[in-house]
Amino acid sequence: MKMMMGSSFPEEVLEHVFSFIERDKDRNAISTVCQSWYEIERWSRRRVFVGNCYAVSPLILIKRFPDVRCLELKGKPHFADFNLVPEGWGAYVSPWIAAASTAYPWLEEIRLKRMVISDDSLELISKSFKNFKVLVLSSCEGFSTEGLAAIAANCRNLRELDLRESEVEDLNQSSGHWLSHFPDNYTSLVSLNIACLNSEVSFTALERLVGRCPNLRTLRLNRAVPLDRLAILLRRAPQLVELGTGEASDLRPDVFSNLSGAFSGCKELKSLSGFWDVAPGYLPVVYPICPRLTSLNLSYAATIQSSDLIKLVSQCHNLQKLWVLDYIEDLGLEALAASCKDLRELRVFPSEPFGAEPNVLLTEQGLVSVSEGCPKLHSVLYFCRQMSNDALRTIARNRPNMTRFRLCIIEPRTPDYLNHQSLDVGFGAIVEHCKDLRRLSLSGLLTDRVFEYIGTYGKKLEMLSVAFAGDSDLGLHHVLSGCENLRKLEIRDCPFGDKALLANAAKLETMRSLWMSSCSVSFGACKLLGQKMPRLNVEVIDERGPPGSRPESCPVEKLYIYRTISGQRFDMPGFVWTKDENSALGLS
Amino acid sequence: MEKEGLGLEITELRLGLPGGSAPILVDKNEKKRVFSDISDDHENSSTDWKLTQTKNQVVGWPPVCSYRRKNSFHEKDRLETSKMYVKVSMDGAPFLRKVDLSMHEGYSDLAVALEKLFDCFGIGEALKDAENSEQVPIYEDKDGDWMLVGDVPWEMFIESCKRLRIMKRSEAKGFGLQPKGSHKGNSKDVAK
Repeated sequence: MKMMMGSSFPEEVLEHVFSFIERDKDRNAISTVCQSWYEIERWSRRRVFVGNCYAVSPLILIKRFPDVRCLELKGKPHFADFNLVPEGWGAYVSPWIAAASTAYPWLEEIRLKRMVISDDSLELISKSFKNFKVLVLSSCEGFSTEGLAAIAANCRNLRELDLRESEVEDLNQSSGHWLSHFPDNYTSLVSLNIACLNSEVSFTALERLVGRCPNLRTLRLNRAVPLDRLAILLRRAPQLVELGTGEASDLRPDVFSNLSGAFSGCKELKSLSGFWDVAPGYLPVVYPICPRLTSLNLSYAATIQSSDLIKLVSQCHNLQKLWVLDYIEDLGLEALAASCKDLRELRVFPSEPFGAEPNVLLTEQGLVSVSEGCPKLHSVLYFCRQMSNDALRTIARNRPNMTRFRLCIIEPRTPDYLNHQSLDVGFGAIVEHCKDLRRLSLSGLLTDRVFEYIGTYGKKLEMLSVAFAGDSDLGLHHVLSGCENLRKLEIRDCPFGDKALLANAAKLETMRSLWMSSCSVSFGACKLLGQKMPRLNVEVIDERGPPGSRPESCPVEKLYIYRTISGQRFDMPGFVWTKDENSALGLS
Repeated sequence: MEKEGLGLEITELRLGLPGGSAPILVDKNEKKRVFSDISDDHENSSTDWKLTQTKNQVVGWPPVCSYRRKNSFHEKDRLETSKMYVKVSMDGAPFLRKVDLSMHEGYSDLAVALEKLFDCFGIGEALKDAENSEQVPIYEDKDGDWMLVGDVPWEMFIESCKRLRIMKRSEAKGFGLQPKGSHKGNSKDVAK
């Protein structure tokens, strides 16, 4: 029977209808209706997200979606943040930029996370896309201020330049002067985040830039911008909505009053960050804007202690997001719970993560207080040194709306401090009560039982991080067989081996990726998996030399498995081995 | 008993952390491979290996991302750790070199840098297979002991390494016979 749709319904109408459908899942669904819908949809897809840059090749992407305007790519696995992925592993963006430069002349936005991007690629971007608007480089590396100069000089329509947490090499010649490459008639900047730059920027260039861009909403400065300069910038841009300050260690009365005046002029400010090495005496300058703040990041403010933090947060009645150091202590979190009823996200970072003893009065109690007092709290990252099953059960019952729960008890395998048992039941309560939990990070003393709970209750779980936990393969088996929506699983230092992995091989094709390091997976199992599952890349990352020189039963150092439709990658360094004997480069 | 639920042939599941090759966790006090042990130590490296944990010596733990580590701690710490220059001497080379350990991500990276510095090959091999190579890279640690490069996790190594020496294997035998305490004295007798 011939489909009526294709012949009688004009394509333009369908295309117009499709333009209201934005989510990838929905667009993927409509593309499967019939051939003509598939065609119309692929020609009109403007936004593409590639969660693993090796899951698909630029060629395949361009072939399917010929007119993409916004491209988002992610590269290295998450554990690269903790130095577990050796330098040179991969995630080079240059083949993507090269391909896009000819295929997508109308590309407007590029967002990259954990990728390596060179100055050459930045220059190519700046010259290939006439309507380029947004560049976000999150935890990226491989480029310098030279590349930034090219972007500044050539991207006439640039709106957003966000270098969040990237590593930027500062070449002495252009230090700070890359900002001067923005032409005098360039006025379209909306968002600038240069907080990660270690070097100085040219203040004059910055001031002139800020002064001539009336739509500037976000300005995150780097450490090197002192407070007196900040006052000048704020007076030039009182319309700012998001601000990141530089550092300010010397408390000077003239600077203080100047800054106070400047801040009082910023009626739209909703988000604050920075505060590196800020003398606590400066904090009162922001008190007038506290009631309007929805987002506050004090996690780099190592100089602000509990009492000052309490004074500050107690005034932020509209706060939705707080990132802070553990200097806030239990008392500060109690104050937070009492004052900030709209809080959605809390992250508490350790001020001295490598100290053997606690340096602050922050325990599980702080988190319990916030879970009681803040009904909208759904996203938590919490570093502490003690925890109990009781506390976890209380948190779970208080906050069944929790969607992201990442707990890091600093000492590995720490038991419940009250009864010295494992924390299995506590985390079990979290997964049982929080039915919408999408992301979970475990810590403390945990047996296979916690994984049984996770497999049973974690039906919406998408990402799980595990360290120093479990007793046997059964633990891994519970997770792989039970968590239906699992996309990313990362494991380190757990006694998981071949059995669970091989028994659940098919599951791996339904996930984005699996990382295992310092576990008990043998090279033989990796080879077998790679041979049996052609749509998986099984990468053995081992810096000890060719796995072939050791017995096949020998465990590999690190293992990264991901699904892909573009086969083996061609840019593997010498310490990465896959099923193809010849794919290892460099070493015999 | 519970393992039968796995539905597979369970023979002998090996529990615990992997033995065999490079340990990830080392208790420095217990298993320090002091250089004097190494020349005689051929077979027992893997079987004697006890993997016990030392506080704060685990790579990448606690999971504070490297950006935050580099940027958040007190300035004093940042300055102290930002550059980690150590002297490197090589037997037979007429000059000393310096290498910044903080610029390298791991042993392979360091091997490449050392090769470049001294224009000699085999440092990489030496790091991987200490028993068979021509050159033996060793380092002096905070306690003044000379240790084989590559034994401890990278993070631990860069924190304790005071200087590096690339020694000829033939020299190593004699060196190894010295008792622990007098290593400091001997290190000054570097080849011409």
